[in-house]
Amino acid sequence: MPGITPSQTVGPFYAYCLTPTKYKLHEIFTNDLVVPGIEGEKIRIEGRVLDGDNVGLPDAMVEIWQADAKGGFAHAQGHKGANTGFKGFGRVEPDNEGKYHFVTIKPGRVKTPDGKLQAPHIDVAVFARGMLKHLVTRIYFGDEASNKDDPVLQLVPADRRDTLIAKPQGNGGDKVYRFDIRIQEGPKGPRETQFFEA
Amino acid sequence: MTMHFPRESAKVHPPSLFPFYVSTVKRAPKRPLIILPHTETELTGPAYGHEVVQPGDSDLTTQHEAAPLGQRIIVAGRVLDEDGRPVPNTLIEIWQANAAGRYVHINDQHDAPLDPNFSGAGRVVTDDEGRYRFITIRPGAYSWQNHENAWRPAHIHFSLFGPSFLSRIVTQMYFPDDPLFDYDPMFTSVEPSARKRMVSHFSLEHTIPEWGLAFEWDIVLRGTNATPTEQ
Repeated sequence: MPGITPSQTVGPFYAYCLTPTKYKLHEIFTNDLVVPGIEGEKIRIEGRVLDGDNVGLPDAMVEIWQADAKGGFAHAQGHKGANTGFKGFGRVEPDNEGKYHFVTIKPGRVKTPDGKLQAPHIDVAVFARGMLKHLVTRIYFGDEASNKDDPVLQLVPADRRDTLIAKPQGNGGDKVYRFDIRIQEGPKGPRETQFFEA
Repeated sequence: MTMHFPRESAKVHPPSLFPFYVSTVKRAPKRPLIILPHTETELTGPAYGHEVVQPGDSDLTTQHEAAPLGQRIIVAGRVLDEDGRPVPNTLIEIWQANAAGRYVHINDQHDAPLDPNFSGAGRVVTDDEGRYRFITIRPGAYSWQNHENAWRPAHIHFSLFGPSFLSRIVTQMYFPDDPLFDYDPMFTSVEPSARKRMVSHFSLEHTIPEWGLAFEWDIVLRGTNATPTEQ
């Protein structure tokens, strides 16, 4: 069997290909996953990507992958139950302060292989200059009672689970959740996000 | 067919912290990673195929009024899974420096000329046999600030999806026998035995007389149909 190709960093100059908003190339992926006729609760997820000095990463790239409101996926291999036109995938280049946001719908619940229901969650991949391979984490939602029974959250030490939970913000209009991605804990800074070996 | 994504295979990826590559020092987690079970969220992945690619996206030499400067090359190969089976209909995105080693990105201040006829971004979707093919120019070496007199070997950045969130990868393709390999923190971040997996090889067979040299590079994504030997 051939071995897999090793990862290498996305580098600082990916934007003119992968997120070409400021360039001439047509965009394939954006941070707005909402399509006409979509079912589900429209939400906005916003936050910052921060390094070990608590400095924002303008040259990171954040991708998300999620189920639709019914827990179905618009999967490459044609899974059942995908919502009309909803792709479930988004990609964003943070701004100069490392701020990013996505507009999407709240995902439904998805089963584990042994049939347990997971709490609503979104898979996240973080790429950046200075990252030889991407980091994987998950976004959960602070106002979800099902978090307490989620089989993946239960693998995370209790005092670190909140680093995976997006906090509901204020009100008015679409629901907004705050989710900061802290790549590394600083000497006195806030705790780093829990990342996973996928 | 159900695919498995052995964790063992992913161990070939470089570490998050590799101090020779200075920027990793503040961008590597300090806390241990937690093993993520592979649920349907991980075992599925985005579906983007031929509909997102426009004619001409795979030819980086015809995206402007005239031909770019530099040596025209063909970069082609196959995308395979761990069983050696082709991965069809998967999107590949590439980006690279021009022949002088300069990126078109607005933040690249390297003292080398831009080429008005070269952007350096391309896309293609693999065919039924997992094949892809780009036409481009050979990128120059790129000077950067990591350490004194630091130069990156010539490379093309590749981004691929494959069948699931677990097969997603961003990597770089290098050219054979580059004298800069041993001095490069990214290339050497990978264990010696696996470095050749990132290096293309020259193909006389696919080289077109009086037109362009061909380099072949197969990309192997995580994923197998074989019975897993570990959970």
